[in-house]
Formats: sequence, structure tokens, C-alpha cells
Amino acid sequence: MTLWLMAGLLFTPLAWAVLTLLVDFRKGRVVTWLGILVQVLVSLALWAAVASDGGFYYFLGGWQAPLGIELRVDGLAVTFVLLTALVAAACGWHASVYLDPGKSWHRYFWPLFWFLWAGLNVVWLGGDLFNLYVGLELISLAAVGLVALGGQAAALRAAIRYLMAALLGSLAYLLGVALIYGQFGTLSLADVTALLSDGTVAAGQTFPLVLMLFGLALKTALFPMHGWLPPAHGIAKSPVSALLSALVVKASFYIAARLWLDLGGHLGGYELAQLIGVLGGLAVIWGSWLAFRQTKLKQVVAYSSVAQIGYLFLLFPLTWGVTDAISLQAQQGITLQVISHALAKAAMFLAAGNLIMSVGSNRVDALAGVSRFLPFSLFSFGLAGVSLMGLPPTGGFAAKWLLLQASLASGQWWWLGVLLAGGLLSAAYVFRVYQASFIDNTDTDHFFHPPKSLEVIPLILALLSLGLGLVAEPVLSVMALPFEGSSR
Amino acid sequence: MTIHLLYAFAGVALCGIGLFGFIRLDHLLRKLMAFNLMGSGVFLVLVGLAQRVGQPDPVPQALVLTGIVVAVAATALAVVLIRRYYHLSGQITLAEPGREPVKKPAADAHREGPTE
Repeated sequence: MTLWLMAGLLFTPLAWAVLTLLVDFRKGRVVTWLGILVQVLVSLALWAAVASDGGFYYFLGGWQAPLGIELRVDGLAVTFVLLTALVAAACGWHASVYLDPGKSWHRYFWPLFWFLWAGLNVVWLGGDLFNLYVGLELISLAAVGLVALGGQAAALRAAIRYLMAALLGSLAYLLGVALIYGQFGTLSLADVTALLSDGTVAAGQTFPLVLMLFGLALKTALFPMHGWLPPAHGIAKSPVSALLSALVVKASFYIAARLWLDLGGHLGGYELAQLIGVLGGLAVIWGSWLAFRQTKLKQVVAYSSVAQIGYLFLLFPLTWGVTDAISLQAQQGITLQVISHALAKAAMFLAAGNLIMSVGSNRVDALAGVSRFLPFSLFSFGLAGVSLMGLPPTGGFAAKWLLLQASLASGQWWWLGVLLAGGLLSAAYVFRVYQASFIDNTDTDHFFHPPKSLEVIPLILALLSLGLGLVAEPVLSVMALPFEGSSR
Repeated sequence: MTIHLLYAFAGVALCGIGLFGFIRLDHLLRKLMAFNLMGSGVFLVLVGLAQRVGQPDPVPQALVLTGIVVAVAATALAVVLIRRYYHLSGQITLAEPGREPVKKPAADAHREGPTE
């Protein structure tokens, strides 16, 4: 049973990528709907299987490491597989209505979409450092292609900038992997951890870990290396921005988190953990402030991603040198933050796309009067905003509550300021968009009405993000001891 | 100091040169070549460092083969994007249009090739 599920999960995206390469946009759309259905069902079934029987290691084609590909299927991984299936299904559905079939190059959206999905699944399940690298590169190249799909010079400039940052990040990561392999003679993360905890290899060589974390932080757009993200996410088509913000940046963060939780205890240090935490805190404040200052709607949402990514990096100080209970609390908080941000930000970008489509301009002040015409999309935008601010009962609130408790329990009270300031600043930039949309003194009452299905999708995502806080307990129980399934 | 460590050090040196070029050069094709230089350095480290046991290790060689494929794919994508970008905007750097480049244009003219 699991054999078929794993085969379906990994094979479908690659097969569909090739299939959709052969047909035009309209046929690709139909083919993709079928593929999305398969992927969502398989992800649900795998999630249910792991929830009832627990995680396992899976060797692709029966080949053992080091030459075979080792997949680690645990609670956390399947949760992210399921999250990817949900968000990607929503974005794919939205794109099938949103993108203009008349433009011939839009047909390449589907193959890139499926390659991106394949790469994401590889990263969530990957158990060895080199396959994670291959997965990351697959994601980066597909994502860059999707950004360039806009077609104009500005989109290409953003795509090239993104590509350069991503390539530098990958090489830094790969150099770290080379040094790790040179030292330990293995690529499996679990084996490296085992060697380190057996004490058979002298610990203390932090440099490879620092290199890998630098590369991954660059790809996750951690402050001050976030310069490539707002142009790329701002200029891409809305469904693409949603995919990039919700899932792509999370992939590199996920690898960084796994590295830190497995190796950080041996190779990391207090200063490194605090430094990364401080950068994350600065990202929250600086990113929110810049989001508040932007004049273009999608740039507001893109800078808000920079800020929300900052929260994720609080994982590093909150899990280093603390008791297991606090560490687990921080891990759960970060996981909830990843999930709720993915849902909320996808909803926000898709809603922003609808708003831009309806007023025909991407400026915030062009939204004046739109509240009378497009309450649905505006409502979804606001619901997603509520989750980003971290008001109860949203997923964002549950995440920040756990982080708050973890920082108090570990005595690192200085992260409280970051959590509070970030919440207030995100309220400021969400309300600014609302303020603009309720101004009623313009004569324009000529708004384009997007199809109903475009308005429903962001609403569903925003409601999921809102409801996450209510079902946080069962979700967290499936990924119980998420990062510690290293028994073989 | 053994011979394979020499390979690893050469790889580190290549990485350093590549990184310097990647950060300092504005011309996109030069940036891309600097990236390739860095990539070669990383591969050399990967192969050279793993030989410390005395015999060649097959695993890093397989990895480097995969790595080369990935690097070729990335380079091809970058070249296509840069070419299209040049056709659309006539630029070969990432400077925003309307914003003056940091260096004097006169100093750049001979380095940046033809502008149509």
C-alpha cells in the first residue's frame, strides 16, 4: 500500500510535467486538474497512513544509501506534503482561470508548476544532504522560470536576480555538503547525527554548518539577504507569487531547520543561534516597516513575506541549549507558523491578484472605492491579514503563542519585543490597504468583475488559515516529536 | 600535505576567485562564468577531500556527475534568460533603468560590449 502511495506521490508530478509539456494551455489545464486530484488523494492517504502507523524510511527502488535515494517519511514530512498539495491545488486551480490562454508562452506554466511540485516533495521527504541539494535546485530553476513567465524586461530582471541569489545559495550549501562528506564519509543526515553523538568524530568544526545555513538563509531571504525576494514575488503572476511565498521559501527553511535540529546541538553554538535569531527579529521589524511604506499592493504582500519569514528563524535560538520540552514547544510553534503563513500568504496573494485585476492597477491608492464592488476578495485579504497579525483564533495566533511561551520558558525574553512589534506592524500594513479601499470620493465606478471561482479560492485558503488555530492540537499530534524520527 | 589535499585546496582557491568575480562583476555573462568557476571549485573539493582514505571514493564522483548536470541546466537557463533580457531591454547588467550605474559610464563602455 505505502509502496503505491510513495510511487504515486513522486511519480505523478514528474509524469505530469512531461505530459503538460506536450499540449497547449487549455489541454494542459484539463490534464493538470486530473493530476491535482491524484496528488491530493495520494497525499491525504499517505498522511492518514503515517498518522495511524507512524513514520518510516523508504528506499527508492530498493537501493540502499549511499548510492540509493533514502526518503524519510515522518509526521512532519507528510504534514508538509499535505500542505503542499492543498496550496498547490488552490494555486493551480486559480491559475487555470487567471492566466490568459491567448498568450502562447503561458502553456509553459503547467510543466514548471509540476516540476516545482516534484522538487517540493523531494525536499520534504529527502533524508540525505545531496538529494536535498538536487531538490532545492529543481525548485529554484522551476521557480525562476515561473517568475520569468511574466515576459517583460522587469520580470526577467527580477528572475535573473533571483536566479543569481539562488545559485550562490546552492553553491554555498553544496560546499558545506562537500566538507561534511569529507569529514564524515556519509551524506545521510541520520548517519552524520549518529556519528556526532557517538563521539567517534571530533565535533566542533562549525564551518560546514555555517556555510550550509548561509546558503539556505540566502535562499529563504533572511534579512539582510532579502533583496531578491520582493521584486521576484511582486512582479510574478499572482498564482506564481502565491506558490513562491507559500511554499518555495519554506523548502530551504525546512532544510535549514532539519540541519539545525540534527547537527546544531553538536556543531552550533550560542552565538550562532542568537545571531540568526537577531537577523530574524530584524527581518520581522524591517520587513513589516517596508511593507507599510510600499505603494504597490503586491510589494506590500511581498515585504510582508520577508517579515513573516523572520519569525521562522527564531527557531534557532529557541531550540539551542534549552530543555527538550521548550525545544518541542518552539518547534511546534514554528511548524504552525509555516503552515499558517503558507495558507494566509497564498490567500493574500491570490486576493491581491483579484483586486489588481478588478481595478486594473497595482497601486494601493488605486483601490479607492473597491470595497463596494469586491467585498469577497477584500474579505479574504483581511482574513489572511488577521492570521498574519496573530489574532486569536487563527493559526498565526497559536504559533505566536507557542513561541511566546518558549521564549519566556527559556529565559530569552528579548524575543517578546519582536513578536509584539511584528504583530502591531502587520496590523498597520493590512489596515493601510483597507483604508485605501474604503475611500469613497472617486468617480470611478467601473470595475472589472473577476469570475466567481477566482474569488472563492482565496476565501477557502483564508478560512483554512483562520481555522488552523482551532484544530492546532490534532495537527500537532500527527507531527508529534516531528524532528526526532531518526530511529531506523 | 598530500596530493589529494592539494586538489581540495585548489578547489577552495577556485571557489574564492569565483566568489570574488560573482560579487564584483556587473556583466551578467561574466557573473555566470564566475558561478561556473565556483561550481568547479566545489566539485574539486568534493572529489579531492574524500580521497583521504587512500583510494578514490566512487560516491563523490557520482555526486559530481549529478552536480555537473545541475550546473549545466542552471547555466542554460541563465543564458536563455540573459539573452531574452538583453533583447528586451538592451541591458547586460541588472541596474534599474533610469538609475545611473554606480561607476562612470565611460569606464564601463569598453567592458560591456555593444549596446543596441
